[in-house]
Amino acid sequence: MSFLTVFYALLFYAATALMVVGLAVKIRQYARTPAPFKIPTTPGPITRGGVVARLFREVVLFESLFKGSKWSWLFGWLFHFGMLVVLVRHLRYFTEPIWFVALLAQDIGVYLGMAMLAGLIGLLGRRLLVDRLRYISAPSDYLMLLLLIAIAGTGLLMKYITHTDIVAVKAFFLGLMRADWQPLPADAMLLVHLTLVVVLMAVFPFSKLLHAPGIFFSPTRNQIDNPRERRHVAPWASKLDATRAPSK
Amino acid sequence: MAKAEFDTPQLKGIPVIPHLQPGAMAHSRPFVAKAEHQEPLGFPGELVDDWKTKAIDKMGELLTKYRALPVFLDACVKCGACTDKCHYYLGTADPKNMPVARQDLLRKVYRRYFTFAGKHFPKLVGAVELSEEVIEDWYRYYHQCSECRRCSVYCPYGIDTAEITMAGREILAHIGIGQKYSNEIIGKVHKIGNNLGLPRPALEDTLEGLEEEVEEDLGVKIRYPVDEKGADVLLVTPSADFFAEPHVDGLIGYGKVFHQAGISWTLSSYASEAANFGIFIGNYENMQKVAMRIRQAALDLGVKRIVVGECGHAWRVAYSFWNTLIGPFDFLDPKYPVPQHVCEFTYDLLQKGALKLDKAANDDKVVTFHDSCNVSRGSRMGDFPGGQFVIPREIIKASCNHYVDMAAETIHENTFCCGGGGGLLTDDLTELRVKGAVPRMEALKRVIDEDGVTHMAAICAICKSQFTKVLPFFGMGMDMIISVHQLVGDALVLGAEH
Repeated sequence: MSFLTVFYALLFYAATALMVVGLAVKIRQYARTPAPFKIPTTPGPITRGGVVARLFREVVLFESLFKGSKWSWLFGWLFHFGMLVVLVRHLRYFTEPIWFVALLAQDIGVYLGMAMLAGLIGLLGRRLLVDRLRYISAPSDYLMLLLLIAIAGTGLLMKYITHTDIVAVKAFFLGLMRADWQPLPADAMLLVHLTLVVVLMAVFPFSKLLHAPGIFFSPTRNQIDNPRERRHVAPWASKLDATRAPSK
Repeated sequence: MAKAEFDTPQLKGIPVIPHLQPGAMAHSRPFVAKAEHQEPLGFPGELVDDWKTKAIDKMGELLTKYRALPVFLDACVKCGACTDKCHYYLGTADPKNMPVARQDLLRKVYRRYFTFAGKHFPKLVGAVELSEEVIEDWYRYYHQCSECRRCSVYCPYGIDTAEITMAGREILAHIGIGQKYSNEIIGKVHKIGNNLGLPRPALEDTLEGLEEEVEEDLGVKIRYPVDEKGADVLLVTPSADFFAEPHVDGLIGYGKVFHQAGISWTLSSYASEAANFGIFIGNYENMQKVAMRIRQAALDLGVKRIVVGECGHAWRVAYSFWNTLIGPFDFLDPKYPVPQHVCEFTYDLLQKGALKLDKAANDDKVVTFHDSCNVSRGSRMGDFPGGQFVIPREIIKASCNHYVDMAAETIHENTFCCGGGGGLLTDDLTELRVKGAVPRMEALKRVIDEDGVTHMAAICAICKSQFTKVLPFFGMGMDMIISVHQLVGDALVLGAEH
């Protein structure tokens, strides 16, 4: 077993653990923190089904962003939808026999990889060119885009120019999952690609990537507009009810 | 610096997104609360010694009490969708008035003290230590947000800057830096029962005078009762309705509707205020204490229903928070929503055919409607989403023949704040109020020029006071702004069959 294989195997285990545990800790925090008031942005849904539909539109169509900024919506949606299909396509490296959905994404996947890259470059362009966005951007905001651009870029380069032994890559990842390590090809482009993915996984719970779980816990989006019909009291606030008599 | 000279912005006729002018409003800060305004609310009277620790502790406490805070502070990706949505940014061009930049004033401190990235890589993620400079920025720019929630409509994660502003103000108040305007008023409500500090005898005198005035005008005796036990309806309305123009014309209108419908009602001298400035300072305890007077008054007077007058933030607190703060309302008639907005009340009567309106009485007017921010984005009327847009318009259209809407991007959920909401309706913030009104003034000017609009109706005491003050800055008459129930009152045919 080469040092390289052991190193990357351990790297992927560590990054996966960090991402899963880190996200679990944040999700637990969000879930356990009460929302003492009903604060849905209205007009909002008045039934639970309506809330599910609202969140679906937000997560799948980016409804609010569409209202807010057409360019951000276009680039953001291209990037996210592209990434989704690319991720599904990558399931071929983790499933044997290959899952049906990964096969479905096989042909369109590469085009959506390009769409993803185009969306990311558009987002970076806006961040650099619009004075309001420059003002609100920290170094981490640029680095996150550059990281994703580099991941998409190295992936596409491997697809079209510096091919790697994808059969061996698949064996490596299946081996990781089965605790039966297999050698990882020592191709520079592949190693860069995988290293950047490890970085992305590791920073997930410590960065603005928390918008992914965050949207589901956003009280302005996930609450039912029914405060008159249903009394809603947080545990810490219900203690105040006992002492709320006014001074007369 | 509150009295600094400033130039009223020229209306351009089309919406323009300004380029950044850093520091353009750095001089704008409201008067700080004195000890006498702070202490009755449970806040320290002056800056506490260990303010830095106290502020961080308070932030930590709020992070565990309000889920919105950790979610909103973590989730922002700086996409920029909100950057051109705030009326204060559009009117002042100060970058710290962009919603995301306003949030960042708190977020950068949150990151420094509460996140791994900010503790270990502060420069990378823009995290900073809490300092006097940061506190000063909080005080300035959390008092340049009217908590109108417009930004939250366009945010892909629903981040509501109002929640961040409330947290910022709450932290400031707890280290001894409160805002005089809001805290002084909350103190008056705790002590006397309304924002004006109007005691019971004065309220009775005022209402008696109003009855005489209306009787002189109409030859009909319309009652404006106070503290009448056994009335069906307790009306809770902003205290500005008792005095200010054009608010009082709305109160006259409510009285006429009650009279014509034959429903007994009363005001309360103990709970003589619908507005609840507790929401402005983000303090649960004070908001609950203010609201409790209304529950108490309803119980003491033995009413069956509570109706709330025309007031934006009051309606948000009443509709969205009352059940939480002062419910359950099991002592009231379950046939009616609790609370009920006066527009819902009037609309209901119109639907039943209980009111006859003569639209021709308002033929001298071409009317448009200003959706108040907290009604539009923080509450509802009726039993369907968006009822808060439909019901007031239906009432207006039933009361006059000439109605036009302003541009779609400035009404309904997209409405612009009047510029004076959220605890900013004070003379020490005049420049901010005038500049913050620009987006609404632009939209209004267009319907004046294109459709001959003569009047803008509103259902919020703050909007009415704010427009009365700022309309003249833009060369428009202060009497353009009217109450919705003034239109109803003027069109109502008294004594008609129903």
